[in-house]
Amino acid sequence: MAIPVRRRAADVVAFAFATFATVFGLLWLFWILWMTLREGAGALSGKLFTEMTPPPGASGGLLNAFYGSAVMIFLGLVIGTPIGVAAGTYLAEHGRHTRVAKAASFINDILLSAPSIVIGLFIYELVVRTTGHFSGYAGALSLAIILIPIVVRTTQESLLLIPDTMREAGFALGLPRWRVTRQILYKAAMSAILTGILLAVARIAGETAPLLFTALNNQFWSADLNAPLANLPVVIFQYAMSPYDEWHALAWAGAFVLTSFVLILNILVRLLARKGR
Amino acid sequence: MNDTATAIRITPRDFSDLSVTSDTGPGAIEIRNLDFFYGKGHALKGVNMSVPAKCVTAIIGPSGCGKSTLLRTINRIYELYPEQFATGEIVLDNRNVLDRRYPLSDLRRLVGMVFQKPTPFPSSIRANVAFALSYYEKLSKSELNDRIEAALRQAALWDEVKDKLNQSALGLSGGQQQRLCIARTIAVRPEILLLDEATSALDPISTAKIEELIHELRAQFTIVTVTHNMQQAARISQRTAFFHLGELVEFGKTSDMFTNPHEQRTKDYITGRFG
Repeated sequence: MAIPVRRRAADVVAFAFATFATVFGLLWLFWILWMTLREGAGALSGKLFTEMTPPPGASGGLLNAFYGSAVMIFLGLVIGTPIGVAAGTYLAEHGRHTRVAKAASFINDILLSAPSIVIGLFIYELVVRTTGHFSGYAGALSLAIILIPIVVRTTQESLLLIPDTMREAGFALGLPRWRVTRQILYKAAMSAILTGILLAVARIAGETAPLLFTALNNQFWSADLNAPLANLPVVIFQYAMSPYDEWHALAWAGAFVLTSFVLILNILVRLLARKGR
Repeated sequence: MNDTATAIRITPRDFSDLSVTSDTGPGAIEIRNLDFFYGKGHALKGVNMSVPAKCVTAIIGPSGCGKSTLLRTINRIYELYPEQFATGEIVLDNRNVLDRRYPLSDLRRLVGMVFQKPTPFPSSIRANVAFALSYYEKLSKSELNDRIEAALRQAALWDEVKDKLNQSALGLSGGQQQRLCIARTIAVRPEILLLDEATSALDPISTAKIEELIHELRAQFTIVTVTHNMQQAARISQRTAFFHLGELVEFGKTSDMFTNPHEQRTKDYITGRFG
């Protein structure tokens, strides 16, 4: 049977629109990557990963900033993931039918969309002001607070996606709730939970505002977490705002590395999700 | 067409005339004045029933009559849902298991359950059987392996999986998955097996295998099975209970129920006048 012309036309229009929208979205991503690569080309060398941020007029790299970012992201991940997974498990499993969980779930949604600068100010007031100085610990803590609600939400949703029949089958064997959760439900939701954690890492990797108020920055090499710590987003911010060409190139190169890192994380997430299926 | 049908023998055997050894003793279930509620919905109404030990009792009735609810009451799985509750007594081994003080893990070790859709856990075949086993008993590695093998043999699955115990259970066929669910349930040596339409999602060959298995298992376990398939109830069970609108209408020997039912409603249902 022939398909009526009108339907075929509608199909063509819809397909064209979808293709255009996809290309439009991808265009920006590649444009950003291309521009950061072109502008940062001057600084993209081995030195980028071996030398410290230079004073104006000198050449250098971003090693201290990469190191500081990596440490704070890692620490934020280590602090935030157990809390996020535990809270998400509570909301989806133990507390599912309780009013406390409903309230907590709602508050988590608010935290999820809270502007990161507010979280930076909060940690500034809580940690920086009380200790009297900026520090890597304060930076890691602010990143953890941004990460937690994302992990809570994805853990909760991945657990809720598991059909109740799986829970019933575990409980029908007489296994207590924590065993059902640990041995059966976490296994079933593993790739979805990991996906959420990776996406949260991608999110905190690019956060600038909270670090400005907490870790600040450090021109020199420092591994002391109890002192101001260099980090990529703030370095990019300061160098891009500066009048020096060398700093501009470094800012672009940093932006390129950061964007590539987030892109690679997202590709990993895709691969994980596919494996999960 | 006919050749394949005869080559793989799928004609189910009839076990309904086998005698029942005892109506009491370990494994017997005594249900007294049982009422069940889904919030305001009254799903079971004043059910009194003595399920004999070591035989197959089939529960039949139209959709929504309370068949599955009855099973879900016996192992208290309904307690997962806060709005559901039961009143009355279910007595196993002289103890009322509906009593809140009766520990759930004791009850569920005594009463295993297999569901309509196979529910393999997303782990290896071995781990599926080992989870509950190693929760209840401190076993050495070799004891554990022996018990896993015994359970898989008892569920007529051993020969098909013995070379791939460490592979994911999700790779098994539907019928194999269901036998795995039976294996992990009987591995902890319960007295009672509840089968909630355990074959309704399976093809005829798998169904016939599980019917054979049910026949083998009745020597050791009290089996209560819910089924929509009246031919199946007539074949595999020695006792049949007919439920309608939450009431137990008639309960007796399967052979009597299907040839000479006492109640008009039973007669109407098994002759296909409603349901």
